[in-house]
Amino acid sequence: MKYAVALVLGVIVGAVCFAVGVLYNPFVGDRGLSPLSVTDAEVITLGYSVVPAESIMYTNNGESLQAPHPARVQQLWEAPIRLTDTRVSLLHDATGKPVGLGVKLSSRSESTHIFSGKALMDSAWYVYLPDRGSLFIHQTENYWPFLQQIAFPAWRSSGNNWRGSWLGDLTAGPGALGTAAAVGSSGEFAGLAMEAVESLSVRAFSTDTGFLSAEGRLLIELPEASPID
Amino acid sequence: MFRTFLFGIVLGLAAAAGALYAIPVVDQHREASIIRVAPNGGNTESFHVNIPMDRIMAGSQDASKAVPAGLVWPATEVLAGVRAEVFKLRNANDMVVGVGVRTAAERSDGNVIDWTLHLPARGSLFIGMEAAPRDGGFRLGEMRSGSREFARLTGVLTERWVEDTSGEEDAPLGRIELRTTYVGNAERHDDAEVVE
Repeated sequence: MKYAVALVLGVIVGAVCFAVGVLYNPFVGDRGLSPLSVTDAEVITLGYSVVPAESIMYTNNGESLQAPHPARVQQLWEAPIRLTDTRVSLLHDATGKPVGLGVKLSSRSESTHIFSGKALMDSAWYVYLPDRGSLFIHQTENYWPFLQQIAFPAWRSSGNNWRGSWLGDLTAGPGALGTAAAVGSSGEFAGLAMEAVESLSVRAFSTDTGFLSAEGRLLIELPEASPID
Repeated sequence: MFRTFLFGIVLGLAAAAGALYAIPVVDQHREASIIRVAPNGGNTESFHVNIPMDRIMAGSQDASKAVPAGLVWPATEVLAGVRAEVFKLRNANDMVVGVGVRTAAERSDGNVIDWTLHLPARGSLFIGMEAAPRDGGFRLGEMRSGSREFARLTGVLTERWVEDTSGEEDAPLGRIELRTTYVGNAERHDDAEVVE
């Protein structure tokens, strides 16, 4: 009997050690500086609130951490879309001035691989800036650094929340340098192929209600002149 | 007994690693794609949106047409003349398979109408539509970009409003029909692979 107890205890300790090892895996770290933060090309900066109540509309399957907004919006409960979030936001520029509309559609990715620090989302942005035109951005986002550095500490805290200042890039592809692909459709963006990076700045997060104070930012690098064939 | 404990630790490590490797963390539900070969080349796939059931959001500065109730459209001049709608997207079998966004905006250099289709298990499509409808009451658009399954495809999309004439009590007012025609782009071979 005592051998069985020792074996079970050993298995539990082993599994816990593995979980701690995955969570604090030193080989999975921050990718560092975004390539767009050191570019010489013109970069458009667009900001938006990540807090659902501060969005124009936010919806998901209704069972996720963050509640849909407004309260009576349809939820994405059907099986093919139940791992999808949709957010409609007012976009503002670096000075805080409203400049357009952004719609983000994001779904959990089947390429997610916790073992190698990949908590992935496949997402698409539609951006319309009345003074400039419209464009589409598609990307793979990695939320692992956020989970590791914000969500887990918040879950461990007695109040189930985290407060501080955290800034991290979410975009992890499909570009070779970990950038998103952007394509223009109208206005001055028509026919342009661009790169973009999305980042997240968090000041308060709760494991009960989600983001309390957080802002997303899109950096879009304009090419010199590279029309699509 | 200590050896058994150590063996248990190794077993626990291996079991946790094996489980994490073998069990998918995310498993997207897939509806079978209903794609037909077009007579003049390419493949076609039809989607539709039942109105009003599938409308998740309709936002513009005309507050009387806002969906859902309680939607507050920003009262900024920047969004004057902009109308954004978000829908659940259905396939030819009337199953919800994705989310679609239609944006229409008035511009001095020509009105903008764009569709963004997001099919979680497959990828996303971005289509820029012609501002004016064609004869026959449909509007034509060009695929500008796509991700994942659609990354290597080009093609067109037609948009058409079809009013319901069934007369059934719980029938929708009508449906927005979207028909995509995909054309694959041939991949360029490396020079070394070219057989003379």
